[in-house]
Amino acid sequence: MVGAKTVKAILNKVDLPNNIKEELYESIMRYNKKYKLKKKEVEEIVNEAVREYEKALIEPGEAIGTVAAQSIGEPSTQMTLNTFHYAGVAEINVTLGLPRIIEIVDARKNPSTPIMTVYLDEEHRHDREKALEVARRIEGTTIENLAREVSMDIVDFEVVIELDPERVEKSGLSVERIVKKLEGSFKSAEFEAEGNTIIARPKKATKLADLRRLAEKVKKHRLKGLSGVGKTIIRKEGDEYVIYTEGSNFKQVLKVPGVDPTRTRTNNIWEIAEVLGIEAARNAIIEEIVNTMSEQGLEVDVRHIMLVADMMTLDGVIRPIGRHGIVGEKSSVLARAAFEITTQHLFEAAERGEVDPLNGVIENVLIGQPVPLGTGMVRLAMNLPLRPERE
Amino acid sequence: MELDIALASAKALKKVIGSISFGILSPQEIRKMSAAEITVPDTYDDDGYPIDGGLMDKRLGVIDPGLRCQTCGAKAGECPGHFGHIELARPVVHVGFAKTIQRVLESTCRECGRIKLTDKEIEEYMKKFELVGDRRKAREKLIKEIHKKAKERMVCPHCGAPQFPIKFERPTIYWELRRDEEGNEYKHRMMPSEVRDRLERVPDKDLPLLGLDPKNARPEWMILTVLPVPPVTMRPSITLESGIRAEDDLTHKLVDIIRINNRLRSNIEAGAPQLIIEDLWDLLQYHVTTYFNNETSGIPPAKHKSGRPLKTLAQRLKGKEGRFRGNLSGKRVNFSARTVISPDPMISINEVGVPIAIAMELTVPEKVTEFNVEKLRKMVLNGPEKYPGANYVIDPEGGRRRIMESNKELLAEQLDVGWTVERHLLDGDIVLFNRQPSLHRMSIMAHRVRVMPYKTFRLNLPVCPSYNADFDGDEMNLHVPQTEEAQAEAKILLEVQNHIISPRYGGPLIAGIQDHISGGYLLTREGAYFTRYEVEQMLMFAGVEVGELPKPDRVENGVELWSGKTIFSLLLPDDLTVWYRNKLCDEPERCEPLERLIEEKLVPDPEEVRKLAYDGFVYIQNGKLLSGAIDKKAYGREDGIILDIMVREYGPERARLFLDQVTKLTIWVITHRGFTTAIDDEDLPEEALDRIKEIIREAEERVRRLIEAYRAGELEPLPGKTLEETLESKIMAVLAESRDNAGKVAERYLGMNNHAVIMAKTGARGKILNITQMAAMLGQQSIRGKRLYRGYNGRVLSHFKKGDLTAKARGFVVNSYKSGLTPQEYFFHAMGGREGLVDTAVRTAQSGYMQRRLINALQDLKVDYDGTVRDPTGIIVQFKYGEDGVDPMKSWGGRTLNVDRIILKTLSKVREGE
Repeated sequence: MVGAKTVKAILNKVDLPNNIKEELYESIMRYNKKYKLKKKEVEEIVNEAVREYEKALIEPGEAIGTVAAQSIGEPSTQMTLNTFHYAGVAEINVTLGLPRIIEIVDARKNPSTPIMTVYLDEEHRHDREKALEVARRIEGTTIENLAREVSMDIVDFEVVIELDPERVEKSGLSVERIVKKLEGSFKSAEFEAEGNTIIARPKKATKLADLRRLAEKVKKHRLKGLSGVGKTIIRKEGDEYVIYTEGSNFKQVLKVPGVDPTRTRTNNIWEIAEVLGIEAARNAIIEEIVNTMSEQGLEVDVRHIMLVADMMTLDGVIRPIGRHGIVGEKSSVLARAAFEITTQHLFEAAERGEVDPLNGVIENVLIGQPVPLGTGMVRLAMNLPLRPERE
Repeated sequence: MELDIALASAKALKKVIGSISFGILSPQEIRKMSAAEITVPDTYDDDGYPIDGGLMDKRLGVIDPGLRCQTCGAKAGECPGHFGHIELARPVVHVGFAKTIQRVLESTCRECGRIKLTDKEIEEYMKKFELVGDRRKAREKLIKEIHKKAKERMVCPHCGAPQFPIKFERPTIYWELRRDEEGNEYKHRMMPSEVRDRLERVPDKDLPLLGLDPKNARPEWMILTVLPVPPVTMRPSITLESGIRAEDDLTHKLVDIIRINNRLRSNIEAGAPQLIIEDLWDLLQYHVTTYFNNETSGIPPAKHKSGRPLKTLAQRLKGKEGRFRGNLSGKRVNFSARTVISPDPMISINEVGVPIAIAMELTVPEKVTEFNVEKLRKMVLNGPEKYPGANYVIDPEGGRRRIMESNKELLAEQLDVGWTVERHLLDGDIVLFNRQPSLHRMSIMAHRVRVMPYKTFRLNLPVCPSYNADFDGDEMNLHVPQTEEAQAEAKILLEVQNHIISPRYGGPLIAGIQDHISGGYLLTREGAYFTRYEVEQMLMFAGVEVGELPKPDRVENGVELWSGKTIFSLLLPDDLTVWYRNKLCDEPERCEPLERLIEEKLVPDPEEVRKLAYDGFVYIQNGKLLSGAIDKKAYGREDGIILDIMVREYGPERARLFLDQVTKLTIWVITHRGFTTAIDDEDLPEEALDRIKEIIREAEERVRRLIEAYRAGELEPLPGKTLEETLESKIMAVLAESRDNAGKVAERYLGMNNHAVIMAKTGARGKILNITQMAAMLGQQSIRGKRLYRGYNGRVLSHFKKGDLTAKARGFVVNSYKSGLTPQEYFFHAMGGREGLVDTAVRTAQSGYMQRRLINALQDLKVDYDGTVRDPTGIIVQFKYGEDGVDPMKSWGGRTLNVDRIILKTLSKVREGE
């Protein structure tokens, strides 16, 4: 049986990525217990691992970009189009399948179903009541959510809000506080509470349209919570409570007391880029695509997805895949012209006096030359005699 | 001599296009490259002869056979054509640059032509431009900023002249909003000649700030005074059967331009009133505009006599069928064939059956050497009509001669070293095989030719998934690489066996399918024994070479019997060791003792293993299958473990051999044992049917209770859902559960002797769900994941009451395919089925576009020699590909290394040796 030190020493001598070394070390130690390995055997194992690793390395010139695009594009034909599945969180709608993948590669600023997964800190995560407390701070609540009915009294020229006492209590508010809040935000109207009804009177309004506008504004007025966030749902995951929110406001949610900012996440990539930086956005893109793919039961190697994410975030900002992003920013005129909006690109190139150096793939296809990838990458020509001379 | 040829070819090799620069043609350049001025708005005279000075002038090249080009003297087909020109009577704006012209007018002084920035600003921006370099986005932003700044300055900082705003009216009209001495505003129309005068005044040194390149794009060149006339070869006229010539759209447009141009000129010369001249000028502008782009917004498109809009220059380039995407990115090719495909399990996976008619049409150029003269001479002698023959010979000077009945003897005699023969396809030639849509690289692979009778391409079944091919009428394409380089590349990189593992997920893609897997199970399951006759037959059929049969596993009544496992083992490499739980393992406790045994002993005694053998646990020790039945996990798609290991550890060639043999072997087994599934396969005993009925009744009852609770207002809504949604999801859950239960009942009565069950359980084809639907019940039909609800007002079909929420009224089908659907159920089923069809149609369009964008964005990326991933400009995208530098195709299903396998393999090898 060899000692841990010996194994480490053997591993240190060889050239392998660190994570592989670690995995190898742990596995060897595990098998060591079972089989009592000899030093020679460990050496042999490590050498075999190096051999296998070197055999598995990618070859220079490999057209990995095309392979990555195909590896994501090909399975997407088999994806469902069913936009709304209640997957993951039972009660919240999530965009899935092909539409979600398209949304990610398009780098839409506003995904169709933004969702936050809010993890809680040590104090709040084990207790449902405490979790609910945090959820209340996050959940966006409007008058509409609390009212049984909002109606307009045209005769008295006022808006009548009939609150549902149960819902008011649940939200942790009270009628008085609501009135105060409304008074604070609406300078142009007066508010008066009568039991569970609030009456809003515009201070000076003559037209019916003004009253209607006021009613709409009051209805939509956010009393508490974060902007952009709708309802929240608390679920028990493992031994802790987690809040899921419909709508996302990542910047604000991290500041809410009780939230664990290190684990909380959103599915809006732009927000991640803004709050946590571009590297985080890259990881978010990878994770979102991986999750969407695996949810559909499709296997795609992460390396392909990494490449897409790296291309999208290369410049420090998120660039969509397409005319307004990566393709549109290509330096080659011909490459852009061959993709979309052909003529504009050509006119523009003409007035700028642009020169296309023809070092991309498409350009060389257009002019009928070998592409600079794989076997076409070699820039060496040998002038061999037609036949080896006979002695 | 030989050296000369080598040098010449080396020189030819060096001639590559290094770069292409873009610019605007200046009037001088247009005149310089023009072969003739075109003045006559006509093409051919009455005899059909090109008119001098007309649009088909012979100096512009010729398209009619027999005529010679007057510029280069070449015949039609050889002369590339030459440009001509039209002198415009008055300048006109080039639509493509109209916006830029506006920008230049707005940014420069109307008097001195300098850019309206102070010298300090100019210096600053020049510096900024240097910093920006060729980053497109930043450059654009800078240009925009300069434009905005200069435009707002109402007094020229250089000459002090007052400035006026410019108003641009699409597509080509410019107004100046002037102010007279009294301060009254009035609009002044700037005719193109005035615009041109102004643009001329802009000095070269200010142009970079406007985003223009002074050498290649002087702004005044954006106003045309001379119009180039493209060569005739670019706009050939076609003669219809009736003998009438039909001119190209471009010619039509040019005729219009010349006609108006001439009219304008004569009017000017005659001193016609300004109004008439301006009208004609605008008309000329219209024709030139539509000549460039007939889809310019703001003006009506020019139409053909028949009312069809003309296809002018921009339309030729644009879009899917345009020059760029239709002719340059994708080209039509020779040496290709297309026909219907059909299966042939007897050929190897890397072969393709080519019909003899196609083999005689497609050719491979083969250079004549002293080693193959005789062979090729025979082929030339056979001629084009006798297989294996040849269609052309090429002599050392490069002359190409068609072989015909009349000259074949002569050519065969002349044939010598240095000639090339374009001979028919032969067995073993390498060809590319493709099926559209080519979604991934396994959609085009290299196969070896097998010339066969009949008229279809034949392919072996394991390659079907990679092409996504079936045989319901699919057609495929075949291409013959013509050069040795191309053939070598195809052989080394594109052959089928090199693509057994998919780069998408690092597992096998080309693998056993359907019957191969059912057959594998029938062969290797416990209790499958075969007589000597059968064993000999199947090994012969599969093409397995064994010197001597292994010892029989059993002798019964004097008959020697071999187990299927023994036979299967004959296909495996001698030192293959692997174990795994397969798909059939539904009693994990029976796998555990085996796993423990292997773990303890590392190399356990085969006899001990056989005693514990279980169909659900595969153990192969040194090429002997000791336990377990073969199923999809052995050599099926995505998770064929044996196949996967075979490719990685024994190489693709060995894996190909294995696949060829195993598919044939299992096909023999399945055909000789018989494997069908019929209606009686779904027969369930009376008691099972009763149980299912009971399940249905119960489910309906529960649904009714839910509805009652809902109606009575007793239903508690789930968080975040309305009452209706809550009811729906609860009902859906109940009904889904009832189908599962019915399925379980059916499953219990259908055992591993049922062929449908064998297929489902081994992963050969179908799921247990399909059997459930055939035997027990179809279950809930849905649209968009909801129960059916659309149709009539408040109900799906008129057979139900309005607002009926019960299971049966909302698409719950209680019958099975076997028992037959009621008319209502049939309709519900059709509704669900239709959604699937629509979905597929929409999805293909969407994912196709997404893939096009992805490919366009990523295609230039490659791994460089230093292991980094770079784009063509040399920017590093990743420092190490995929963070570990491992090819996904060579990874273990995505993992860098299979550490456990390495350790166990090495260990058992080392310890066994001792």
